[in-house]
Amino acid sequence: MSDFVARRPIWSLVILVAVALLLWLVFSVWTPGMEAAFGRKRVFLSALFNGITLGALYFLVASGFTLIFGLMRNVNLAHGSLYLFGGYLGYSIGELTGSWLVALLVAFVVVGLVGVLMQVFLFRWMEGQDLRQTLVTIGLSIIFADLLLWSYGGDTFQVTTPDWLSGPVTLPLAVALRSNGEAVLMTYPLVRIAILVGAIVLGVLMWLALNRTRVGMLVRAGVDDRDMLSATGVRVQLVFVMVFAFGAGLAGLAGVVGGTFQSLQPGEDTRILLSSLVVVIVGGMGSIPGAAVGALIVGLAEQFGSVYMPTYAVMLTFVIMVVVLAIRPQGLAARR
Amino acid sequence: MRKALMAAVAACSLLAASSVANAQEKLKIGVMATLSGALTSGGEDGVRGVQIAAKELGNKLGGREFELIVTATDASPDSALRAARKLVEQDKVQIIIGPLSGSEGIAMRDYSKTVPNLVMINGSSGALETTFVNPSPNFFRFNSDGAMWMAGLGEYVLKDKGYKRISIIAEDYSFPYTQVFGFALGYCRAGGQITQRQWVPLGTKDFGSVIANIPDDVDAVFLGLGGGDSVNFLNQYSQTGGKAKFIGGSIMVDQTVLSSKGAAKRLLVGTPSSGGVADAWDDPRWKAWVKLYQESFPADKRFASPSLFATNYYNAVKALAIAMDKVKGDIADGGAKLRAELAKVELDAPNGKIKLDDNRQAIATTFITEVAELPNGDLTNKFVRAVPDVTQTLGLSLDAFKAVGLPSRTNPECKP
Repeated sequence: MSDFVARRPIWSLVILVAVALLLWLVFSVWTPGMEAAFGRKRVFLSALFNGITLGALYFLVASGFTLIFGLMRNVNLAHGSLYLFGGYLGYSIGELTGSWLVALLVAFVVVGLVGVLMQVFLFRWMEGQDLRQTLVTIGLSIIFADLLLWSYGGDTFQVTTPDWLSGPVTLPLAVALRSNGEAVLMTYPLVRIAILVGAIVLGVLMWLALNRTRVGMLVRAGVDDRDMLSATGVRVQLVFVMVFAFGAGLAGLAGVVGGTFQSLQPGEDTRILLSSLVVVIVGGMGSIPGAAVGALIVGLAEQFGSVYMPTYAVMLTFVIMVVVLAIRPQGLAARR
Repeated sequence: MRKALMAAVAACSLLAASSVANAQEKLKIGVMATLSGALTSGGEDGVRGVQIAAKELGNKLGGREFELIVTATDASPDSALRAARKLVEQDKVQIIIGPLSGSEGIAMRDYSKTVPNLVMINGSSGALETTFVNPSPNFFRFNSDGAMWMAGLGEYVLKDKGYKRISIIAEDYSFPYTQVFGFALGYCRAGGQITQRQWVPLGTKDFGSVIANIPDDVDAVFLGLGGGDSVNFLNQYSQTGGKAKFIGGSIMVDQTVLSSKGAAKRLLVGTPSSGGVADAWDDPRWKAWVKLYQESFPADKRFASPSLFATNYYNAVKALAIAMDKVKGDIADGGAKLRAELAKVELDAPNGKIKLDDNRQAIATTFITEVAELPNGDLTNKFVRAVPDVTQTLGLSLDAFKAVGLPSRTNPECKP
């Protein structure tokens, strides 16, 4: 951190000012002039929070994607299908058991197992052949999509929000003042806050696991130089299977989360895949902090876009991707 | 190698021969419906409508047995185009029932012009332009368009409900444009005010920002959403704990939404709306249709009562049956006689009398309704009043109607 400040004093200052400005926008009571310029404060705050929670969902999906890519150089284009499969599975389990947490757990485990099968039966046999692996994953995604359409139909499904997560909470943020000077406080759906907190906890745990444990060390070593790691006697294949399982499991988990605060239907698989591709391209292929930064940017861009320029909202994320590719093609948080 | 080649040739000729034989016996009817995407539940109910009509007709049209070929679309014009091309070029159908969604309808108007022998009977699509701007001679629509379905609702919510200022949330394509157009014409002329219009893409997942953007100072919010989008919106709205009153577009408070899972739909109780059907209408024809619908499918494979889509698709097949009886099933002339007869059809449909105007667009009844809860917990559309014989120009002269312009995000402006 201090290293960054020393090397890039101007950028640090810009970031500091931006953060301060944002905090001021969030906590201050807006004057009528500001409301005229930016719209109502509630809209701004809600777009901000929605963008961050959407970013949390994208982070869950993209972190698995980027982990698998970083270690195995395998662009898993069936990742979106794993997301959708997890979501549908979570829906069925949720209907069956009535428990949201069980649904989350089962989706994580089962989709993780599917990931193990994919790695053991397919990708192991075509290691290092990027193009072939990519084509196989495209084929898999088509097969998955048709199987899911066959068993669940084209209808829209929604995972039931558990009672203890439904409804709004009041946040200690004033969005407006009533005529008697009393502040109108912001209300926000509890389930979205829970998802945000969950994603942050998971992100921190992943960072700790990668940087503070022996397994994490193996994974990081694998990302840096796979051949050398294997030469030191580590069973690289086992590490691969584990990472693939974990990445796939995360996609399945994200499917349940996405199915809870959005919804599930055919076509979601490619939409999520596209979002995670943009996220990892913006953030940097193979980097967990990169996935977090990218997910946050893409989520915020989508939400602010849909509020302040609805017609061009779809384009905005791609504009961001193009700009990043133009000025920093390796991604914002990549080391090389 | 040579042998294999011969075998392949033989197989092909056999296949070709059998398909020729089939074409002489069985009539093929193409059916297009949205079986994926946001409007899936509506598409499925539309297909049910066709199946019920087919069963009722003993699977015969004008004395000829027929088979249905159902193709899926996803509410986008290009999916409709793909489906229609597949039906015409690959399955060689001469009659198509469909499409379901507004922008698909506009694409099919243009496509049907390129296949002059085709007879296309609209499934349930309701964009104004489909039959109003450069109509196609072989495209028939036996349902009202989105604006006609709103006839009388504007005056009703203003005078009877007292909603003086409203905002609008609707999907960003031709059908909701048409609905808002029809609603605003009546509502604004009667003195209502529309303070904001939010257009969201069809298939929007995240309504968070849209919900936050609803103004505080409106009496009600007009919702022009459909299918999965409606359910998504209501779920997310209930999560924010909002308490706004709603006005429903024709497919917002349809059985596709009222029969959906989850508790969020209860927010709709008391919502006024209007459209081509009223679930709880006590007309004997309507009641007979509801009974037929309920008996045709087990309770978990249908809605509590037929949706707008099932009714429209059912009517389309029934209109086709009347015309086919007149021509005795003969469409060997490229369908010219059938088209002439179709234009003359007057349908005594479950949802009121329907006849066509010069553009082959229905003149039909609009129902003003209100969502109510039945004792068993089901939601239904209570009948409030019927507006009979609504024309496409909504009672205005053709010139006055044209002067308003076509439906769009901003048209008509709301000047009281």
